[in-house]
Amino acid sequence: MSAPVLVLSGVTREHRQGETVVRALRGVDLSVSLGELVAVMGPSGSGKSTLLQLAGGLDTPTAGRVRVEGRDLAELSRRQVAAVRRRSVGYVFQDLNLLPSLSALENVALPLELDGVRGGLARRAARAALEEVGLGVLAGRFPDEMSGGQQQRVAIARALVGPRRLLLADEPTGALDSTTGEQVLRVLRARCDAGAAGVLVTHDARHAAWADRVVFLRDGVVVDQSGPGAGAESLLTGDGAR
Amino acid sequence: MSIRHGLLALLERGPRHGYQLRAEFDAATGSTWPLNVGQVYTTLDRLERDGLVVQDGAPDADGRIAYRLTDDGRVEVGAWFRSPVTAKGAPRDELAIKLALAVTTPGVDVLAVVQAQRTGTMRQLQELTRLKARAHDAPDELAWSLVLESLVFRAEAEIRWLDHCEARVVRAASRRPAPAVTGAPARQGSRR
Repeated sequence: MSAPVLVLSGVTREHRQGETVVRALRGVDLSVSLGELVAVMGPSGSGKSTLLQLAGGLDTPTAGRVRVEGRDLAELSRRQVAAVRRRSVGYVFQDLNLLPSLSALENVALPLELDGVRGGLARRAARAALEEVGLGVLAGRFPDEMSGGQQQRVAIARALVGPRRLLLADEPTGALDSTTGEQVLRVLRARCDAGAAGVLVTHDARHAAWADRVVFLRDGVVVDQSGPGAGAESLLTGDGAR
Repeated sequence: MSIRHGLLALLERGPRHGYQLRAEFDAATGSTWPLNVGQVYTTLDRLERDGLVVQDGAPDADGRIAYRLTDDGRVEVGAWFRSPVTAKGAPRDELAIKLALAVTTPGVDVLAVVQAQRTGTMRQLQELTRLKARAHDAPDELAWSLVLESLVFRAEAEIRWLDHCEARVVRAASRRPAPAVTGAPARQGSRR
């Protein structure tokens, strides 16, 4: 397996609430490599979203290290962290934040243009990203002319446009019906297979099951993991299943 | 599962011999519940005895006998499709029994029991999802992918039930009166 894109080692995050200190995460280790999709599950308040925020450089740990593509975020200046966030990390949240006045293509190209990539180049990359999520033909549409599932796929395309190789998704299927939610998961899975590392926070076991590994968080601690299953076909009798 | 009704439904398509019936049953269900040919022929014998199928002509060159539906058999298939499947009583469910005993047996870490099961069921769900990802949307894959999804939804339901059990066990534990602090409000936020 290739070098991990994301490594959390001994990550602890405490929040002070008046007199008491709440530990949202305690000594979490997690490593995600290219081609890998890892799901994080746990009850609300277990630290799932905190983990994602730390992984994406949106928050800093109280103790421990976060490395993205080999760089320790704690050793970077604020500006360098912002650059890592823009160039290495893509985010998909339940709240899509697509700009309504821009077409799908323009929404996807925007992060590249903000990063100084020339317009033509940015649009070419955006078109490729939209094609990858099966939306090439809808590139000219505006968000309100698309279904919820299509908008979510635009958000994924935007998260992965350009060279970014770490994809962080927080309940990306939250507002979607089950069939559309599954399409989104198929796109995430395919994108990781094609060369990205993904972390997916979800409460939905059926969606988490698309991951290579499922990490269970409870009270800020990783209590268990379900790694690659031993003998993928053991459930059904032999590979004669298909 | 009633093999009887499965075979009758397959014979609705036309006369078949036992090997064909077995192959078509396995194709539709993705070999999830494989039949052996002995079971198929035993069942055909009983169906013939009950007047639901008859032998269709003479044995073929390999000595295999084809069967076809009788009118009664056709009525039986129709009734089967129209009526809901009902579990007769609650089938003995090892996991439910295990949890019931875990919460009543002193010294058992119920949350650990729940988590071990959740991890196991999730692994199963991941394997099923991998198979599903490979299944295409072609029409001949529809029957098989529906069977697969029934297993997927069942595993998901089990995980949701485990989440529910865990929440109830945690809540029950927090309600248990701590010695000598009667009247004090329950502490909140300890689960963060």
